[in-house]
Amino acid sequence: MKNLTEQEREKKFQERIDRGEIIEPKDWMPERYRSQLIRMMSQHAHSEIVGMLPEGNWITRAPSLKRKAVLLAKVQDEGGHGLYIYSGTETLNISREELVGEFLSGKAKYSSIFNYPTLTWADIGAIGWLVDGAAIVNQTALAKCSYGPYARAMVRICKEENFHHKQGYEILATLMKGTEGQKAMAQDAVNRWWWPSLMMFGPSDKDSPNSAELMRWKVKRFSNDDLRQRFIDRTVPQADNIGIKIPDPMLKFNETTSHYEYGPINWEEFYNVIKGNGICNRERMKARRAAHTDGRWVREAAEAYAKKQTAKGIEA
Amino acid sequence: MKNDALFEYCLRLGDTSLILSQRLGEWCGHGPILEEDIALTNISLDLLGQARSFLTYAGETEGKGRNEDDLAFFRDEREFRNFLLAEQPNGDFGVTLLRQFLICTQQYFLYQELSNSKDSSLSALAARSFKETTYHLRHCSGWVQRLATGTEESRQRMLDALDSLWRYTGDMFDTDELEKGLIKSGIAPDTDLIRKKWDTRVREVFSEASLSIPENVFQITGSRQGRHTEHLGHLLAEMQVVPRSYPGAVW
Amino acid sequence: MNSTEWPLWEVFTQKKSGLPFEHAGCIHAPDKEMALLNARDVYSRRNEATCLWVVPSGAIVSSTPDDMGSFFEPANDKIYRHPNFYKTPGANFD
Repeated sequence: MKNLTEQEREKKFQERIDRGEIIEPKDWMPERYRSQLIRMMSQHAHSEIVGMLPEGNWITRAPSLKRKAVLLAKVQDEGGHGLYIYSGTETLNISREELVGEFLSGKAKYSSIFNYPTLTWADIGAIGWLVDGAAIVNQTALAKCSYGPYARAMVRICKEENFHHKQGYEILATLMKGTEGQKAMAQDAVNRWWWPSLMMFGPSDKDSPNSAELMRWKVKRFSNDDLRQRFIDRTVPQADNIGIKIPDPMLKFNETTSHYEYGPINWEEFYNVIKGNGICNRERMKARRAAHTDGRWVREAAEAYAKKQTAKGIEA
Repeated sequence: MKNDALFEYCLRLGDTSLILSQRLGEWCGHGPILEEDIALTNISLDLLGQARSFLTYAGETEGKGRNEDDLAFFRDEREFRNFLLAEQPNGDFGVTLLRQFLICTQQYFLYQELSNSKDSSLSALAARSFKETTYHLRHCSGWVQRLATGTEESRQRMLDALDSLWRYTGDMFDTDELEKGLIKSGIAPDTDLIRKKWDTRVREVFSEASLSIPENVFQITGSRQGRHTEHLGHLLAEMQVVPRSYPGAVW
Repeated sequence: MNSTEWPLWEVFTQKKSGLPFEHAGCIHAPDKEMALLNARDVYSRRNEATCLWVVPSGAIVSSTPDDMGSFFEPANDKIYRHPNFYKTPGANFD
């Protein structure tokens, strides 16, 4: 590969992608492929970490000890998933510290779904069922993406995330079998989380600036609209199953296409939340910055201790 | 009568794990680094598992049909039997880790001895908990050392943590008539023995960390009688709010 | 921002004794002991391991894509290293 021009290299790279080969960290890749992956993967990792906050809000208030254990394990998994994806991103020659720095400065984005508040216990059910359900559809697609470390992280995450989805559905199913108050709580949560979950797939591909390039590189394998449709098709029957109403008066099954048709998505709301006007944008950033700042002395102490041990000749 | 004593004893074990787990759960998503966030949650989960087992067994012993959730969510402050130390607020990471170390060391020796209990259920639960606690102790002893000898700032924070927590350590070894009865019948291990072992281990770890045991600190006790610090009420208000708002509901 | 980033470690897990170690992922840790504990806490939350290795990432030596031809192609034509190269009429070698 040494004597090739940049253009020839890119051509060979694209041929590898087209043959379905997987790109590994030490392989040659266009700078733009690398930077797009860093953008996408780190955004994904930050989302996992911020995603711990809305659900973490209910760990101390889970209504049974079993639910508390499940929720703790689940939120912890999100942290683990963030860590796996950061690790994958670090193979692209960028440190986690830099990535986190870009996030805390506001330069890097995270999924805007986590800027919505968790108001009742039923929100924990709705997040597991809808938000994780949407995430699984997305991540299953990403598990086939062309960058090896990202794809492998996704495989591991999908395996773990299945229980997240199921526990959320179980929470709602239990509420729907409960008192009138519990049923109302469940329905209210779904009313609030349904549309933001659909927005998680991003705007229609014609309005999505990076889509074409990412599809050509097989980083993205399916369009936003296709994935959204897949999510809706599998979710609506689950709602029917437990008597939850999907808050979309235009939702109906099309016998010819075998897909559900759905009403227009309020993209104005989506862009507004991205711009920072969601109910919890400030709180989420504040919490993450506080954790980072308050933890600095701890990280420094451990580092200093390790250095002292090495200096003493004791390898800790 | 013996069952009443056993019930009370199980509450003491279960409540300390439950309240400490609840405190550690508050860290989830806010740890000083991702790896440690995950580690603290693992400990919280283990403690919650212990609490559920001991409370379930307490309910069975009591024989009034109360399960783990009835006991966790429908008892008031004065009925809780957790150590005062467990309910102390998280403070900074140093306070949390020192609190963890002090209680964990007690649990380590307690479970070790309790696994020989004449009560076969208790001995089985203790044996399982002992394995988990062995790991917790390795984790938090290491942190005590790192923080106490790392930087000037971290050392000062550990000294402050020690100052605020040490006065609640005596409460862990406060023995009443009920416990003496259980010790005599071979169900509970001897508190004095556990105290001695605890004392030796804490001195060892402290000496490695160049910390000294505070002398002549007045010890605040009361958990055996359900006399708590003000912090427990707030913790319970938060923990119990949902089930109490919807009496009879299933979750 | 002052750098307080702990070094990166590669984590390998062994599912059961007797099985080979597999690369599980990475963690950050200030020293060996913490690396081991962090690896345990992150990569064996679901019984994925009975033994762990942690290795400083910088200690891994890897072949590069440029090595690929000279390293691995010479093995391609040595089909006689594979058992299905041989005809063993009637005899069972399993």
